[in-house]
Amino acid sequence: MSQKVLLSSKEINIILHRLACQLLENHLDFKNTALIGIQPRGIYLAQRLNDILKKEYGVKHIDLGFLDITFYRDDFRRGDKTLEANKTNINFLIEDKNVVFIDDVLYTGRSIRAALTAIQSFGRPLEIELLTLIDRRFSRHLPIQPNYRGRQVDAINNEKVKVMWVENDGEDTVYLVNNE
Amino acid sequence: MSELSVNHLLGIKYLKEQDIQLIFETADHFKEVINRSIKKVPSLRDITIANIFFENSTRTKLSFELAEKRLSADVINFSASQSSVKKGETLIDTVNNILAMKVDMVVMRHPNPGAGIFLSKHVKASIVNAGDGAHEHPTQALLDSYSIREKLGDVSGKNVVIVGDILHSRVALSNIFALKLQGANVKVCGPKTLMPKYIEALGVTVESDLRKALNWCDVANMLRIQNERLDISYFPSTREYTQQFGVNKKLLDSLDKEIVIMHPGPINRGVEITSDVADSKQSIILNQVENGVAIRMAVIYLLASKIK
Repeated sequence: MSQKVLLSSKEINIILHRLACQLLENHLDFKNTALIGIQPRGIYLAQRLNDILKKEYGVKHIDLGFLDITFYRDDFRRGDKTLEANKTNINFLIEDKNVVFIDDVLYTGRSIRAALTAIQSFGRPLEIELLTLIDRRFSRHLPIQPNYRGRQVDAINNEKVKVMWVENDGEDTVYLVNNE
Repeated sequence: MSELSVNHLLGIKYLKEQDIQLIFETADHFKEVINRSIKKVPSLRDITIANIFFENSTRTKLSFELAEKRLSADVINFSASQSSVKKGETLIDTVNNILAMKVDMVVMRHPNPGAGIFLSKHVKASIVNAGDGAHEHPTQALLDSYSIREKLGDVSGKNVVIVGDILHSRVALSNIFALKLQGANVKVCGPKTLMPKYIEALGVTVESDLRKALNWCDVANMLRIQNERLDISYFPSTREYTQQFGVNKKLLDSLDKEIVIMHPGPINRGVEITSDVADSKQSIILNQVENGVAIRMAVIYLLASKIK
């Protein structure tokens, strides 16, 4: 197993600011927008963007929620392990809102497919966009593409992209891990 | 730990403490789901579940059926009273015929203790015991503990008294197993005639004075007198039972502290508890019913994920 650094802490910081600006460009005051972090790993990115938008760009209020997709996944009983759920926390209505899904890595697109189903339990959004820090090219199983992407990566199937966050892992780094 | 150590839920006796914690954590997520405006998730859409009830039930049957439907499973219901069991079919034949229709899981209530265990050894399906005679009623005990955990923060270290017909109660036995496994202190209280002989062997103490028991406890789980299982007279009259082992508001208010009142239902109002107690703010009887759906969703979800 070998791993190399794809993005350093500094690069991640620059990208986060760019993504925040792109969100700002499309959503301005965020009055009718909800940022939804996809559990388990998308919540850190969503929280970061929320903080940057508020602290550095003066956005007063953002509806920030976390969505767990476990019960909507299409691989129930198909793996060896029981799928473990995480907490969903959406304490606002998403009816007629502009929803932005936020996840760390876009790979096959199946998580986002599950999120698209899951979010319907909370109402009918006006539109849904997708923001990912890492977009793994050429690996999609479904016709799903991000609206905002941090970095596009060409990774082969036995490689894994690992996104680490200070809050959870003690560092801000993105690694490309080769399992061979 | 992320999966159950068992493939069937036959009784609390066969569970480990981690299993209970896993069920509770999963139930937390399902409780959030059933409080949404759209209360359904698609997890079990390729699973078919048969509810076979050889004994009457309202709450448990509805609760299981609702839990299954909230998980998007296909559900078939079967009541012994309207079936070929009356024509002399054996239990294994009945169930194998149902399984031949490609059923993955069986939820069964049966008047004979051990019916679920017997079935699990002879048929190829995941079995959930929804009550087998006077033996076990595991999902009831799980939802009772879950409700205590919700109300008091934890089950470990809490004092729980189970009052009533301990001898014929599957709820009592499953509760004792579940509470002891989680580190609670358990007392049982009731007429001597309705107390199993070697009940202390389960690690519980017996108290015949209701007031003493209530003053000791944090939670009182009041059981119904199971008239349908009383083959002989175990106490002189219902009135006398109520006088000694019934909880009324006056008794409750005279205690040193505020205790939590639970009841697995169905309630015989005015016998084991009076209406003002059942409907008081100390009672969590309806929370138990709500939690029942979340707990059963968790149990079914976790068992179904082990079906290959």
